[in-house]
Amino acid sequence: MNRTLGQRLLVALPYLWLLVLFLAPFLIVLKISLSDLAVSRPPYTPQLDLSEGWSGLRAFFAELDFENYTFLAEDSLYINAYLSSLKIAGISTLITLLIGYAIAYALARAPRRWRPTLVMLVILPFWTSFLIRVYAWIGILKTEGLLNQMLLSIGLIGEPLHIMNTTTAVYIGIVYSYLPFMILPIYATLEKMDESLLEAAADLGSSRFATFVLVTLPLSLPGIVAGCFLVFIPAIGEFVIPDLLGGSETLMIGKTLWVEFFSNRDWPLASAVATLLLLLLIIPIVLFQRQQMKQEIGT
Amino acid sequence: MTPPFAPWADPDSAPLIDLRNVTKRFGAFEAVRDLSLTIYEREFFAILGPSGCGKTTLMRMLAGFETPNEGQILLDGQDLTPIPPAGRPVNMMFQSYALFPHLTVEKNIAFGLRREGVPKGEIADRVTDIMRLVQLTDFARRKPDQLSGGQRQRVALARALVKRPRLLLLDEPLGALDKKLRQETQFELMNIQETLGTTFVIVTHDQEEAMTVSSRIAVMRDGELAQVATPTDLYERPATRFVADFIGEVTILGGRVTTANRGGVGLAVMEGAPDLRVMTGDAPPAGTEAWLALRPEKVSIARERPAEADNALPGKVLDIAYLGNISTYHVALADGSIVKAQESNRQRADRRGITWENDVWISWEEDAGVLLPG
Repeated sequence: MNRTLGQRLLVALPYLWLLVLFLAPFLIVLKISLSDLAVSRPPYTPQLDLSEGWSGLRAFFAELDFENYTFLAEDSLYINAYLSSLKIAGISTLITLLIGYAIAYALARAPRRWRPTLVMLVILPFWTSFLIRVYAWIGILKTEGLLNQMLLSIGLIGEPLHIMNTTTAVYIGIVYSYLPFMILPIYATLEKMDESLLEAAADLGSSRFATFVLVTLPLSLPGIVAGCFLVFIPAIGEFVIPDLLGGSETLMIGKTLWVEFFSNRDWPLASAVATLLLLLLIIPIVLFQRQQMKQEIGT
Repeated sequence: MTPPFAPWADPDSAPLIDLRNVTKRFGAFEAVRDLSLTIYEREFFAILGPSGCGKTTLMRMLAGFETPNEGQILLDGQDLTPIPPAGRPVNMMFQSYALFPHLTVEKNIAFGLRREGVPKGEIADRVTDIMRLVQLTDFARRKPDQLSGGQRQRVALARALVKRPRLLLLDEPLGALDKKLRQETQFELMNIQETLGTTFVIVTHDQEEAMTVSSRIAVMRDGELAQVATPTDLYERPATRFVADFIGEVTILGGRVTTANRGGVGLAVMEGAPDLRVMTGDAPPAGTEAWLALRPEKVSIARERPAEADNALPGKVLDIAYLGNISTYHVALADGSIVKAQESNRQRADRRGITWENDVWISWEEDAGVLLPG
């Protein structure tokens, strides 16, 4: 195919964007992860010095090694943090799916003139800073917080619940924060579903429950898959929610990364953690993309 | 010789479907108004009407998707009204076909039988049989989006028929097909209906389709029945101006009854022309307004005044619609009203004598038209 120069430039633009803003920073992080900790500024060695020419470059590469990665594999802290992140992200995604599907279903079945308003309400929390909303949950969940006060005053509990600084608080935080990302893609698939399919199923003798399981659910699968990835991927690397709501009890890789970087000032190790996290996330992203491709070919 | 199929003419036969004074309102709008209708077993019944006439609402009430506000719908004498769609021995072929996009042809067709709890072996047999009937055997494993429009239409038909319903509803079944395929499919539908003996009710806005396939047609207008009759009766003996105009091409001339004799009347349509002679069964009294509905193919056109014709009027050719096999001439009479006359093109176009602006004579026999009340 013959492309004009302008078309080539247009195609090159997103690649250039990725190169400058994703690939280059990633290569820098990768390089730091292969370096050693040093008491200097910046706090790692070796540093690339092009003034010494070819021999300087060879000396630079000779000093890079996988020491930090072996360390990560040997210390169970890091493996546990990865596994714990996977578990928390997985369970949160499942809870978000259950709640999100119910809400999306209700939205799609609501009278047509109400739908824009209801979708607006789903997006409304985004108008406030994410950080502020997570802080607000501290006010709700803490021992003398709103939730405990309410439950105590109606006499449902005798003494305050300890939710704050537990994994439960992290689940609540993640489910709350990521719910819209689950609702919107599922709503999109349910909303465009041809209603005559449901009538056809009823006409053929299907009960309402059977129609849901056999028709509605399979047809909304693309939305479910998209929603799950949109929640699962960012939830694995989540730092703010476990840090603010989970306290010291919750071990998540995002938090470990932060501690290595800012508290221990061990940039090389933190970079190794980050690189591994990225690789861990790339797998579901690739799966997600393949699913999307399949869908596009399908239609 | 077996008598012609006409259970509606037999006072002893019991109808399969009996609609009694059915009314359906959406808010203040009456979609169907006090409608009574009987449909007999093995009929291919068409409900015909312009969009918004209530024909789809009527069908959806038969399927159970809408409940009438007043009146009853009986099937074999049993009231259907409280039975939900899933429980009715009625199946519907949807206008959009409503095929399940995630299921193969085979599974789409088996869907209804599975829900019914039919044994596996029987499902397989019945699905195989019906797929052979509608010629889908080669496409059993395909998904709906891998099929052509005609194939999808057949899947929808098979999926409804495999349930062996007492009544099959078809909502504009051929609307999405192109003309040639539509004509082929009409005959296929008729063959299938005859083979299975299922009662079909088809809803359509296409009068040609209704005329071709059905044993009887109900013409609807504004939520009411305008006329229920066989295709021939509907065409030859329309009951109202609306029906005459809706079915086929027609010229309608208004006039005043001058003489009312046994079997025929004289109709004055314009000054300076002789009264038209019209044969009619029940003649309105002299002096009343009446309309003459004339089918174009029953009107002849000639350069000279025909020697023997019951009615003949002079005019000028205004327009010629050339359709290949036939031509329709629009002839303006002295008072400006336009009469359509049709001639089959037995000769090649360049050898026929009549063209635009020619002075011509149109003529027809006294039994050619239908007299409609004013």
